[in-house]
Amino acid sequence: MSAAPVQEPVTRRLLAGIRADGRPLSLAEHRRLHGSVDVDGRTLVELVDRSGLRGRGGGGFPTGRKLAAVRASGRRAVVVVNGAEGEPPAGKDKVLLAYQPHLVLDGAVAAAHAVRAREVVVAVNRVVLAAVERAIAERDDPKVTLRAVAVPDRFVAGEETALVQFLNGGPALPTFTPPRPFERGVRGLPTLVQNAETLAQLALIARRGPEWFRSVGDPEHPGTVLVTLSGSVREAGVYEIATGYPLSALLADAGGTSGEPQAFLVGGYFGTWIPGTAVDVPLANGGLQAYGATLGAGAVRVLPRGTSGIAETARILRYLADESAGQCGPCVYGLAAVADDFAGLASRDRHVDRDRLERRLGAIAGRGACRHPDGAVRLAASALRVFA
Amino acid sequence: MSDLELRVDPIACDGHGLCAELFPERVSLDEWGYPIVDATPIPRSLEQHAKRAAKECPVLALRLKRRAG
Repeated sequence: MSAAPVQEPVTRRLLAGIRADGRPLSLAEHRRLHGSVDVDGRTLVELVDRSGLRGRGGGGFPTGRKLAAVRASGRRAVVVVNGAEGEPPAGKDKVLLAYQPHLVLDGAVAAAHAVRAREVVVAVNRVVLAAVERAIAERDDPKVTLRAVAVPDRFVAGEETALVQFLNGGPALPTFTPPRPFERGVRGLPTLVQNAETLAQLALIARRGPEWFRSVGDPEHPGTVLVTLSGSVREAGVYEIATGYPLSALLADAGGTSGEPQAFLVGGYFGTWIPGTAVDVPLANGGLQAYGATLGAGAVRVLPRGTSGIAETARILRYLADESAGQCGPCVYGLAAVADDFAGLASRDRHVDRDRLERRLGAIAGRGACRHPDGAVRLAASALRVFA
Repeated sequence: MSDLELRVDPIACDGHGLCAELFPERVSLDEWGYPIVDATPIPRSLEQHAKRAAKECPVLALRLKRRAG
């Protein structure tokens, strides 16, 4: 997909000052807006730790701890910016890299100093490759070399072990762990893989500090977050909100929904359906917990009344089954079976054994090399709760 | 309790199913023939069964791993 349009913001930090003509901010424009980063590696780890920043790629792991783990290896490390974003309903990393690439690159360079890396690989969706390459060409970062790489456009390519295997010359498919990339990644070196938005947030924390970062948003999961809003909403696109901002307020900012919402898919294709009555839920993991949901990588889809949630889920499950790396039996056969069951439920033309479906959903999670099957069955289970 | 745990490398596993035959105390098969492994620590009395199952796996996908800590 191309970069989604950027919508009027609720709270602009990452998306502050971006150009209306859709061109990326040049390095000079970026520096005028944000200044430059001037903090040593050890201090940065401390600042990020105190900020409470968590990964924005879906996992939600504390970024400070990840930095500290790679730094603690004491070896020369590699930084990989994960901008693969192979998930159809997600567009926020593409928007960030297309409009404000230098913020992500500043974060990557600062992280490189923190983990003693001299090499940064910016792994991106091909639609933003040219923008990132131009941005890299503008820069001159002492002691750090940056290069951009286009990642194959498939769902599992953004999984961190898949990225590492791809960068090592192999297929962009997940590998069995351990070792995790922070132990043994690109060329066998300790490798910090961080989502593009996470690094952009880190670049702001490096300039303005943890108190500033925590001054907005939900205390447990502070700061702002990029949300990709899609479905039956008047102005779909990428929004920056403070965490904890109510979904209803975000929908109002987006010009409202077209028709009464029946349900929301929160957290993207690995996400969780929540009912339309939950429209006032705060968009933070604390608030979403009541519905068994998390914000994941920030994709929210609005499903209108009169549309079958089961049919929509069947479509997504078929996609996820087709996008399986095809490496692990429980994922290959399990997701295909669950997708078939949902197709049956959606068409109502054949009997689906609900007990068997529930058993399948309980037996698949945790049995693949990566979290692909776990995400798919979580989505399926939430659809049964909300629609059936 | 021993400090051994059983784990499957799901990429290597081809679903031969030998592990469930050799170590039924801890391994069952799903409807497609792939192992569902109980990953809780293995009692000493079962250690020999576990080791044999791991050794006999035709693709060496069944791993015995020392518990961390």
